[in-house]
Amino acid sequence: MTLEDLVSHALRAAVAAGARAADAVAVESDGSGVSVRLGEIEKVSEARERRIGLRAFVDQSSAVLSTADLSPHSVERLAVDAVACAKVTAPDPAAGLPAADEVCAAPPDLGLYDASIEQLSTATRIDLAKRAEAAALAADPAISNSEGAEFSSGAARVAYGSTLGFLGAYEGSSFSLHVVPVASRDGGMQRDYWYTAARRFDGLEPAQSVGETAARRTLRRLGGRKVPTCRVPIVFDPEAAATLVRHLAAAVSGSAIYRGTSFLRDKLGEAVASPNLSVHDDGTMPGALGSKPFDGEGLLTRKTVVVDRGVLRSYLLDCYSARKLGLASTGNAARSIGEAPSVAPTNLFVLPGSHTPEEIVASVPRGLYVTELIGFGINPVTGDYSRGAAGLWIEGGELAHPVEEVTIAGNLLEMYGAIDMLGNDLTFRGSISAPTLRIAAMTVAGA
Amino acid sequence: MAGELTHPRQFFLERFGLTEAALERVLGGVTRADDADLFFEFQGVDSVSLEEGLVKRAVKSVRQGVGVRVLAGDRTGYAHTDEISLERLEVSARAAGYIADRGPATAPVHIPAPGRSHDLYALSTPPTDITLTDKVALLNRIDVEGRRYDSRITNVLASITCEERLVLIMRADGRIVGDVRPLLHAGVTCIAEAGGVRQQGYYGGGGRVPFSFLLDGDLALSYVREAARQAILNLDATPAPAGTMTVVLGPGWPGILLHEAIGHGLEGDFNRKRVSAFTDRIGTQVASPLCTVVDDGTIPSRRGSINVDDEGTPTARTVLIERGILRGYLQDRLNASLMGMPPTGNGRRESFAHAPMPRMTNTFMLAGDADPAEIIRSVDRGLYAVSFSGGQVDITSGKFVFSASEAYLIEGGHVTRPVKGATLIGNGPDVLTRISSVGHDLALDAGIGTCGKEGQSVPVGVGLPTIRIDGLTVGGTAVAS
Repeated sequence: MTLEDLVSHALRAAVAAGARAADAVAVESDGSGVSVRLGEIEKVSEARERRIGLRAFVDQSSAVLSTADLSPHSVERLAVDAVACAKVTAPDPAAGLPAADEVCAAPPDLGLYDASIEQLSTATRIDLAKRAEAAALAADPAISNSEGAEFSSGAARVAYGSTLGFLGAYEGSSFSLHVVPVASRDGGMQRDYWYTAARRFDGLEPAQSVGETAARRTLRRLGGRKVPTCRVPIVFDPEAAATLVRHLAAAVSGSAIYRGTSFLRDKLGEAVASPNLSVHDDGTMPGALGSKPFDGEGLLTRKTVVVDRGVLRSYLLDCYSARKLGLASTGNAARSIGEAPSVAPTNLFVLPGSHTPEEIVASVPRGLYVTELIGFGINPVTGDYSRGAAGLWIEGGELAHPVEEVTIAGNLLEMYGAIDMLGNDLTFRGSISAPTLRIAAMTVAGA
Repeated sequence: MAGELTHPRQFFLERFGLTEAALERVLGGVTRADDADLFFEFQGVDSVSLEEGLVKRAVKSVRQGVGVRVLAGDRTGYAHTDEISLERLEVSARAAGYIADRGPATAPVHIPAPGRSHDLYALSTPPTDITLTDKVALLNRIDVEGRRYDSRITNVLASITCEERLVLIMRADGRIVGDVRPLLHAGVTCIAEAGGVRQQGYYGGGGRVPFSFLLDGDLALSYVREAARQAILNLDATPAPAGTMTVVLGPGWPGILLHEAIGHGLEGDFNRKRVSAFTDRIGTQVASPLCTVVDDGTIPSRRGSINVDDEGTPTARTVLIERGILRGYLQDRLNASLMGMPPTGNGRRESFAHAPMPRMTNTFMLAGDADPAEIIRSVDRGLYAVSFSGGQVDITSGKFVFSASEAYLIEGGHVTRPVKGATLIGNGPDVLTRISSVGHDLALDAGIGTCGKEGQSVPVGVGLPTIRIDGLTVGGTAVAS
């Protein structure tokens, strides 16, 4: 049975079992990974999965059931169970499928699948991982060890349909190469990483440069130390800056807004960031990692201006959170097989500014250039922020020495408001992207 | 359902029409390998959630599949599929066997005979056998209790998740081991609102226990009261201090310190590869002599416990630190054999879709003899942290963080006012050497821990008595004047 047949079969079975409405999503994925360490193959893996999830509505109640047992009989039993489970939940006036006219008519082809994945041999994948790691190991004698390099690739086919009559499917591929060198000097040891990821094989950075960048990032951490507790400007490199965009995505999620678990609740139309900051979500970018032709409820993905010159212009919404808030969906329903739709960004990014990263660092008399953040010190309700940080101390506008074992703390709303310089170095390395940016002041806790 | 799930061997063979002889042929077909195993898994999960006073979410899922692993020296071949058939198994075994054909093995594999197996969580009625209606009724009681606790509680978000996981491990050495693993988890978040300020509190618990665990003494209602209390408390919390100071950790869940600061760094894979800050430190002092730390997968009914690990090795109690001296690593079969050490029953995996690696079970510090109240009185100025939201470690540099969700200032030997949002950061090989008091009040956490490593999540437990740490960096916003 094709995935589309499977979805249709599940929908018919749900209606036959007494569902008022239903939608179903089926996914088939094949993936493979190779990892090498110190020049030798360490692991080769192959994965194959096929699952279906069915959401059934009985009056205003619903339940989601999923299974990896795809026999027709199993799918019919799934439908009967879904209807029974839906009857257990509370009637919810906001529950339901999208309005029929919201669902997309003709999903576009966004070029998400690269057929070259079918010809990519294990030997080629091993060779790329080996070359990335070798480049890192060769960069400097201080690179003494490695956690290895990994090349992964996969293809997934997704089919979604609902009792509104929508039935669509799309296919996507992904490739990634990742390397983690280890450097040591004077008894201290550090690791860092670099990676490249793309939907097209030829969109990957060369293995050599991935390894060299990983080595450079690792070497510059050697000899890191604490700095005294202080309040100074903080420069986030693009990787660290992207984490601030991730926190913004969680805060503008319609689910967090209607639940009252976001510090951005009731802030639509208000200034929530510095006038420098504009943030867009765009699910239609051809060939991008976060793109898809339609969302987890069958709506066209689109471009949404989330923050325009500091003003919060739109939340990210699925149909449920949109109804709760009296708004329209922004086509940001994500769907994991075994769950109801949830809100997620597609390609979310900060529009670049005019400064080179060097100019931003040079603007700081004393401060911290952050390259890594660890821990979960974010309170989504208040925006309070406190995370472990590592990076480089800036003294007189120059990178002076590595810093570790410090935290940076503030409040996200105040931090977004204090972004006073934006870099011109935006690149789309993943689905969430930002250029180098500077926050005027945060507390650094150290010695 | 329970009856058909009690015998993993019979269950998998009958359900998927397989025979032991055929499976032995699959394993035997992998030539030139040092070792191989098959990991069959069948998992049923149900979960219900409440928010805004309504039980809106009910989900049920069935996951099933098999992972085939082939080992040759330090090389691993792994293939998994959720289609359990002899045909797919043979395809998977060929894919996993790729590495065995890449030249000779580099190291012999000597695996000692496994120890005694356990029976830590047999249930006559697993939580997945209880109807959703009963679970929904409990969620509604939780909601009422939370709103009754204080009028400032504006929303209660609660969920109950029940799982039953059957696993069957078939090894090339002929060992066949099955396990049936129930798991129950309830979690509650309360949102409090007053005077334009909003805050949250969280509490939860569970384990490898029946659903009645939540009903005995209305335990689940104590979760919501605790979450509500924390949310209300945090309404008045002031910014946490920033800088290095004395920190007192309360008993139980703050044991996450051990998990992050030393636990991950003592996993065998990182030490074999010599990328851990603890590499080559066995036999050396890594903690104050007051500290003895163990990892124990054999505590009945605990969330972090398992009868056998995911390679079929019975779990054990492993002493990691004994009176300050580093004694042992946590091992799976691959790393144990390459390091010439015994496996410790810590080879775990998230599911059939993942190869096993060394992971923690329940990690805790043994009780000392100090009076917890006396420990607080001994501190002139510091931080008293009793609950945490999560942590992370860089095992190579040894730097770890964990974030407080409930903490107070200690001033003049007294716990004074609540402070919010402090992340603590330290250095793993150093932090335990600064422990100057260990209380007699060891407690294990309530059963909420999940550990992530290389993309794999597994349930774990932690525990700690009250301890005093002389000098840890507190990452608040308030810079001392």
